[in-house]
Amino acid sequence: MNGVHDMGGMHGFGPVEPEPDEPVFHADWERRAFALTLAMGGTGQWTIDASRFAREDWAPPEYLGRTYYEMWLAGLERLLAERGLVSGDEVEAGRPLHPARPLDRVVDAPAAMRMVRSGGPSNREAPRPAAFATGDRVRTRNLNPPTHTRLPRYVRGKVGTVVLVHGAHVFPDVNAHGGGEDPQWLYTVRFAGRDLWGPDSDPTVSVSFDAFEPYLEAA
Amino acid sequence: MAHHDHDHGSELSETQRRVRALETILTEKGYVDPAALDVLIETYETKVGPHNGARVVAKAWVDPEFRAWLFADGGAAITSLGYVGRQGENVVALENTPDVHNMVVCTLCSCYPWPVLGLPPVWYKSAPYRSRAVSDPRGVLRDFGVELPEDTEIRVWDSTAELRYLVVPVRPEGTEGWSEDDLAALVTRDSMIGTGLAARPEQVAA
Repeated sequence: MNGVHDMGGMHGFGPVEPEPDEPVFHADWERRAFALTLAMGGTGQWTIDASRFAREDWAPPEYLGRTYYEMWLAGLERLLAERGLVSGDEVEAGRPLHPARPLDRVVDAPAAMRMVRSGGPSNREAPRPAAFATGDRVRTRNLNPPTHTRLPRYVRGKVGTVVLVHGAHVFPDVNAHGGGEDPQWLYTVRFAGRDLWGPDSDPTVSVSFDAFEPYLEAA
Repeated sequence: MAHHDHDHGSELSETQRRVRALETILTEKGYVDPAALDVLIETYETKVGPHNGARVVAKAWVDPEFRAWLFADGGAAITSLGYVGRQGENVVALENTPDVHNMVVCTLCSCYPWPVLGLPPVWYKSAPYRSRAVSDPRGVLRDFGVELPEDTEIRVWDSTAELRYLVVPVRPEGTEGWSEDDLAALVTRDSMIGTGLAARPEQVAA
């Protein structure tokens, strides 16, 4: 979706402000929201791609008005409500009002440890040969789905070069919406900065992004 | 995104109240095990962090064989040191040289190599960084107090999929013969994102 989360190249947000000796969390509720999100993600009730969409699918004022972990919280509440696990009236009441639905999986301490250590690799067996190889010139398609995508606006319709080929990976655009993993070849595609930002931009800059094959065509 | 926080004052903010409500409901419904929450928080608050990545970089500085392996197959080389797991399943190591400077961003969200760097700082997830890292990386570097020679090539990597990037900064001059332990102390978090350089010996002198 063309949401405000897709920020590459936007103006007006001001300087980057690093915080000296920044703590990992800035409030206790951030710790809890972080851990609850990971633990619920581990139940398998939704995919990581669905959780990213739940965090980005907001009107710009709502997205920009929240801190990072407020966004995680909003995404978690939405996923829980959509799947009938926790409803809005329960959050308002602060306690369960409706019976629990049994889950296939709940993350206990050993499972949390396994989650941390092994993660959830997105690598999959390739369903077909790769269409592109390192060094190929490719053009990104001009796609504007209202659904989840990892093709940022600032690289659409641009010509670049394949610099890395990573095998096949779960395709977020489909997986986020319950369509299955639909593995696709994944490439790193590099663009000259001037091909993205025009003739007045810094000639020493190049920018790459990680591109699933359906985002690309031969140039 | 907004920068305000809600931990000031004694009254519970709406956000604090909602998180507390969710934790109560999820626990009482049996969806969440409190012991698992403790493991997750303890891991990312105290165990995993940029000290892990610093060990990888220091080893790459002293061990040419490891260095070659790291740039050929970053995931395997980093796994060999035990830094493996969630949000680091596929790590690509990027080599900074006097001629080429790499910088990593996630313009769409907050993708970051957790096993080697821990959880990302607020600025990495913020609108100013995500918007400008790809269009004005030199300006962003200046925000960090870093000025590169004007002919240095800058390569920005937007991590839009499940690959995670680790920058290996240039080894500072004046560190010949240093141990891995001493070198690791020069490897800052920002130098492994590409918004900083490794510290010089005089910057860490006790």
